[in-house]
Amino acid sequence: MRFRVASILSQYVGDRKIIEIEQVSTLKEAIAELEHQYPGIKFRFIDELGRIRPHMNIFVNKELIRSLDTPLNHEDEVFIVQSISGG
Amino acid sequence: MTITLHIATKKGAFQLRSEDRENWELSEPMLFGNIIYHMVPDYRDPTTILIATRTGHLGPTIFRSEDGGATWTEAEQPPRFPEKYDRSIDFIFWLTAGHSSKPGVWYAGTSPQGLFVTEDNGRTWESFESFNDNDFIKSIVEGNMGTPIGPLTHSINIDPQNADHLVLALSSGGSFQSYDYGKTWSAFNQNVRADFMPDPYPETGHCVHNMQLHPTNPNIIYQQNHCGVYRIDQQNDDEWTRIGDNLPDEIGDIGFALIVHPTDQERVWVIPMDGSDVWPRTSVDGKPAVYATTDGGQSWSRQDTGLPDRGWFTVLRQASAHDNQEQLGLYFGNRQGEIWASIDEGESWKCIQRYLPDVYSVEVSVEP
Repeated sequence: MRFRVASILSQYVGDRKIIEIEQVSTLKEAIAELEHQYPGIKFRFIDELGRIRPHMNIFVNKELIRSLDTPLNHEDEVFIVQSISGG
Repeated sequence: MTITLHIATKKGAFQLRSEDRENWELSEPMLFGNIIYHMVPDYRDPTTILIATRTGHLGPTIFRSEDGGATWTEAEQPPRFPEKYDRSIDFIFWLTAGHSSKPGVWYAGTSPQGLFVTEDNGRTWESFESFNDNDFIKSIVEGNMGTPIGPLTHSINIDPQNADHLVLALSSGGSFQSYDYGKTWSAFNQNVRADFMPDPYPETGHCVHNMQLHPTNPNIIYQQNHCGVYRIDQQNDDEWTRIGDNLPDEIGDIGFALIVHPTDQERVWVIPMDGSDVWPRTSVDGKPAVYATTDGGQSWSRQDTGLPDRGWFTVLRQASAHDNQEQLGLYFGNRQGEIWASIDEGESWKCIQRYLPDVYSVEVSVEP
C-alpha cells in the first residue's frame, strides 16, 4: 500500500508526497510503520485513545474511514489530510 | 545585557530583543502558523526554550530549542494520557521550568486537566501520576467542562525554597498544593468567591485565572481570580483576602494578567478588564490601564500614561511579565497583536511592537 500525506505533515515527511509501505494488512499496522519511519507523525493525527483527531481525515482510496481496523490490500492508497473545518 | 521577550501567538512564536529597552528588534516567526499556547525560556539556562503548540488540525506537542530559539526539535514523546484514562489531550496550555535543584525538569499543564513532567529538558514526557491518578483530583477534573476553551491546568508554581512544594490552579477547580512532591494534594480556596456556584464559597470549583507565589517569600501567594484579586500569607493566614476590594468600584477587580514584583512581596500589578454581564474581557470602559499596589493590595494606583485614551485591550493569562532590572521593566501583550512595555515600573507605557498575531503569552529572559 502507499500513503499520500498532505503538506500539513510535511515537517515529518519532507517533500515526500507518496510513501510506500510493505507487508501490512490493516490501516493500524500501516500507520505503525509510518510512525516507525517518521517518528512523531502519528500523534499529530491519532490521539492517545486511538481515535482519528477531529479535524483530520483518512481516506482509503476514495472512502472516508474512521476505524483503524480497516483492512488494506497491496494496491490500496491511504490519503491523510486535514478536514475542511473553517470557512 | 540582552533582554528577550518570548512571545507566543495564535500564528507562531516571536522574540523581541533589546540591549537598552528602548530599541527592540523582532525576530522572524518561529513555527509559523502553529498555535503557540506558551513559550517559556528556562530560567536556569535561557538558551533552552520550550514551546507548547498544536495547529488547528494537528494534535498537541512540544518543541524545544537549546540554542536560544535558532533551531527547534519536536519532543520525542510529548505529553499524553496513559491508556487507562479515557481522555486525550486537546492542547498543552502551560509550561513551567522545575526547581533549581532539578535541572532538566519541567512541568506541563493541559486541557483537559492533567499534569505532565519531563526530566530531560522536554525530550520525553510522562504523566505526573500522583496528580492525574489522585482520587481527590479526579473527583474535580473528571467531567469538568472548565472554561470556554476547555478545562485547564495552569499557574504551575514550584516553591523556590522547597522543591517538594507544588502549587497549581485548575479552571475550573480552584487552587491546589502538595508539600510532598505530589504524593498528596489539598485544596486551599478558603474565602475565595465562586459566584457561579450554588454555594458562592465552596471548597473547590473556583475559577482561578492566574496565581503566583512570591519568589522570595513563597508563603505569600497572589491570585487573579474570576471573582477578584486575592492574597494569602500561608504562614499567618487561614484564608485568602480579597485585596481587589480596594480597587475602585467603577474599575472592579476582574482580569487575567498578574505581575508580582520579583523581590518586593508587597508590589503587584493587575490589568482589570470588563467582567460585566456578558464578559467582554476588554479594558474597562474602553480605557486601558494597569493598577499597581505597593502595600500588598491595601491600596492601588492607576497607571495609564502612554496607553491609549480609547482601546479595547484583551490581555490573556500568560501575556504579562517582568524583567530583572533595578528599575523593573513590565511587559504585556494583547489580542490586537501589540506588545506594551514600561521601563519605569508602570509609571509610563510605550508600544514596542504592533501587528503581531493574537498574543497568547509573553515571557522574559535576560542575558548579561
